[in-house]
Amino acid sequence: MWKYSERVYDHFFNPRNVGLVENADGVGEVGSMACGDALRLSFKLGPDGKICDAKFQTFGCGSAIASSSVLTEMIKGLTLEEASKVKNEDIARELDGLPREKMHCSVMGREALEAAMIDYYKRQGKQVPCELLSQGVLVCQCYQVERDTIRNAIMQNRLRTIEDVTHWTKAGGGCRNCHPEIQHILDECGQKLQLEAPSPDRPGALPLAPAAPPSAPPVEQQRVARIRELVEQDIARALRTDGGDIELVEVRGRDVYVRLVGACAGCPASQATIKGWIEQQLREHTGEELEVIEVRS
Amino acid sequence: MNADGSARSGLLAGLPPAPSDSVYLDNNATTRVAPEVVEAMMPYLTTMFGNPSSMHRLGAAAEAGVSEARERVAALIGAETPGEIVFTAGGSESDSLAIWGTLRAWPAKRHLITTKVEHPAVLGLCRELESVHGYSVTWLDVDGQGLLDLDRLRAALRPDTAIVSVMAANNETGVLFDVEEIGRIVKEAGAVFHVDAVQAVGKLPLDLRGSAIDLLSLSGHKLHGPKGIGALYVRRGTKLRPLIIGGHQERGRRAGTENVPGIVGLGAACVLADASREQEDRRVRELRDRLERGILETVPDCRVNGHPERRLPNTSNISFDFIEGEGILLLLDRAGICASSGSACTSGSLEPSHVLKAMGVPFTAAHGSVRFSLSRYNTREEMDYVAAVVPRVVERLRAITPFGRERATF
Repeated sequence: MWKYSERVYDHFFNPRNVGLVENADGVGEVGSMACGDALRLSFKLGPDGKICDAKFQTFGCGSAIASSSVLTEMIKGLTLEEASKVKNEDIARELDGLPREKMHCSVMGREALEAAMIDYYKRQGKQVPCELLSQGVLVCQCYQVERDTIRNAIMQNRLRTIEDVTHWTKAGGGCRNCHPEIQHILDECGQKLQLEAPSPDRPGALPLAPAAPPSAPPVEQQRVARIRELVEQDIARALRTDGGDIELVEVRGRDVYVRLVGACAGCPASQATIKGWIEQQLREHTGEELEVIEVRS
Repeated sequence: MNADGSARSGLLAGLPPAPSDSVYLDNNATTRVAPEVVEAMMPYLTTMFGNPSSMHRLGAAAEAGVSEARERVAALIGAETPGEIVFTAGGSESDSLAIWGTLRAWPAKRHLITTKVEHPAVLGLCRELESVHGYSVTWLDVDGQGLLDLDRLRAALRPDTAIVSVMAANNETGVLFDVEEIGRIVKEAGAVFHVDAVQAVGKLPLDLRGSAIDLLSLSGHKLHGPKGIGALYVRRGTKLRPLIIGGHQERGRRAGTENVPGIVGLGAACVLADASREQEDRRVRELRDRLERGILETVPDCRVNGHPERRLPNTSNISFDFIEGEGILLLLDRAGICASSGSACTSGSLEPSHVLKAMGVPFTAAHGSVRFSLSRYNTREEMDYVAAVVPRVVERLRAITPFGRERATF
């Protein structure tokens, strides 16, 4: 059994600020049921520019609910600039710690906060501050985790092992093919951390051009990874028995773009195949109302 | 744990008090040790502490205890002779001895067959054999109800298939495999047939005389015996190389001084199981069905995982949509109810139950699955209490989740 702190139990058994803020100024949604956790965070700003109300709705385990609940308490009364400095380790600290394996719950809180603030700036037609945006190279294909996410988690939390990186970001939790690369990032960061001693206050995120599109947060990336797994493994396996194959091209919201290859490509029945069977399979296994769209090469 | 009175009264307000301190519905994880078993073990933990190999009265007394226990285990599963029983440290060791021991006895055969829904004791070993030791492994699929397609098994068997290992009853869903039918197919192909019967022994009738089963694993703590003791049935004439090598114990098939109190406890547990199985099965099945009906009738958006009839009489695996299993368990625990879940969060892995996944249960439903597993010590009052608490727990978590019938995704 997990060893949760009294604070985690308190926030789980007596969650604060459950719900959706009416006329919210910003709403952030990360994760999905298929990933195992999801969080919708909403907030409203007062006339003084400080967060006057914040609420959450969470699908997830005890520590996910507790992390969401404590986060709403932490950001109330903060300006957006102050709120943007709330990091995942602050959430964990406020809960008197989380088990290592559960640190990704605090990361989800931070991501929902980021998403809600980005939503606010977009609604206002304002430029999103660059520290809220990240862009990077994909390291973990299974859970779609980027290099910067891994690097930030290592630097902020002084992680030392691949296992830690998996507990914090989910990266490396699937096929393990990226373990050498994670180790490489760990080695790089380890050298930097030694140079910087004793405690780096700011994350090692590189400043980015504001024009760069916000990349999906890891929890959203996991959703895409799930869809990819379903398409390229389970569905592809079935098609291969008929000499066909399928590739995932892109996921945009609820639209899943795929390319049929082999015997399926150019088959008159392929459109029916896509609309019918593949869509049904995807919907059933993700619980999402996904639309499948064929890209012809 | 936090004893917050307000949460307790909020969750349980208006309900009759719990019928016992702990309503224990996690018997597929482990069982309460029967008082008769403790009583049988006590002399061997105190005055009769001898080593069965010793040439004196204390050694002889210990040896007599072990011999009697071996006969009792053999009687429960219908083994032809007590010599076919090898005592081990538990179910996992029995599985390892069966599979590793067979492969080592047939070094030229490099293929084995198992299923995607096995216990980690078998899954983990077979994965290791595949990835580290270069064996070829066929992983059989199950259908939506958790059942095997025997034609797939027929097609997978090869001349170099050393062993086929399948479970008798699934620990998560309780779904039963037809091991006798599977055994006939395996024996025709000339492979060794191993059954992991850890969840089945004591709950299902077994008669290994005239059966197609060559090797069968069982565990003490799943049938109201102590932890740290198990056994492997090895049909007479079945080739097997030992894993633990040293002394002559267990006829050279498992070295190490015998766990005499554990062995005696397992023997006593087998006697109890034999005496009460038929009657208890009827009663436990009624209790399980009563609980299941109570939940399905009052909680919307939930369903039973696994074949409704072909499953253990004590197991009910239910998926609750839109919520996650760990939260359910924590709230149930707050109400004094012990159960378990196939959600990813309760195991520390990122993936939900491999069993539900193999059955094609959507991830969304797998994360919200709860297993209730009963024993002969449960009562009707307990079932009614649990059936009254579960709807409240589900309602409370559904008030927090962003998902529901109208919206199951962002």
